[in-house]
Amino acid sequence: MLLTLLAAAGLALLRVRNLFAVVMLAGIYSLLSAGLFTVMDAVDVAFTEAAVGAGISTVLFLGALALCGHHESKPGHTPLLPLFVVLVTGGLLVWGTMDMPGFGDPANPVHHHVADHYIEESYPEIGIPNVVTSVLASYRGYDTMGETTVVFAAAVGVMILLAGRLGRRPQPEGKGDGG
Amino acid sequence: MREEVIVRVGAKVLAPFIITFGLYVHFHGDYSPGGGFQAGVILAAAIALLALVYGLDAVQKVVTPRFVRACAALGVIIFAGVGVVTMVLGHNYLGYNALAHDPRHGQHYGILGVELGVLVTVFGVMVTVFYLFAGRRGRTQ
Repeated sequence: MLLTLLAAAGLALLRVRNLFAVVMLAGIYSLLSAGLFTVMDAVDVAFTEAAVGAGISTVLFLGALALCGHHESKPGHTPLLPLFVVLVTGGLLVWGTMDMPGFGDPANPVHHHVADHYIEESYPEIGIPNVVTSVLASYRGYDTMGETTVVFAAAVGVMILLAGRLGRRPQPEGKGDGG
Repeated sequence: MREEVIVRVGAKVLAPFIITFGLYVHFHGDYSPGGGFQAGVILAAAIALLALVYGLDAVQKVVTPRFVRACAALGVIIFAGVGVVTMVLGHNYLGYNALAHDPRHGQHYGILGVELGVLVTVFGVMVTVFYLFAGRRGRTQ
């Protein structure tokens, strides 16, 4: 049911040319994905998807729309070459999955490298019930620190690109604001 | 949207609850889904809601762009600082066992500390990006 709705939202996203509707549909798509993650018991992921995908990014997209207008122009080229590239890439990826172990099989190597230790020992070692948090913040603390730094670096990038008034001289050719 | 009474009152009523919920998500992240990242996004969403309804200028008087930029950097410092503290206490970098006599309490404090760093950074980054997008004058308003 959720997958059907997801597919419907995705197809609608492709058809619609009004960018405002596209942003709203993308938000709905994220919310549906969050529902799907909840069904699959990945509540932390669902939470993040709902907050980031359906919440903040929708607002940011709306902010971007205010800068660039509400209508998407027709593409000026035929879609054949992109279609070819997409089909070949997709085919290669599907071909690549042939070697992978069966989906959802509990005997897969990925479930037995460190996952067993995390699931069985995290409460005695860390003492908090949410395994996701203990993996994220303790076992994989370095990764999370790198992640935080990446988020910070992203903000610095946006600041450099958009915040013209932070001490930079105005552009001489009148490019300036306006997008 | 500034003239809509229902929207204004609704936003005003909702915002404190959203902020409280964000803090709950952070501090309860050990026991239930959530953590610093989600909490930071929720707090930023509260700011974005207020800015959408009451206008950017009114919100920026309370939560200044300078403050959120400082937050973005401060969170990384908090996270890295927890690591430095554990090193000073004689353990590995980010080895939270150093923070209390009982290793499990140490882990608890360490996780809360680094999650606070994540919270502050994510909040600062999200609000900064939102301010930058919303603060520009576009072609169509």
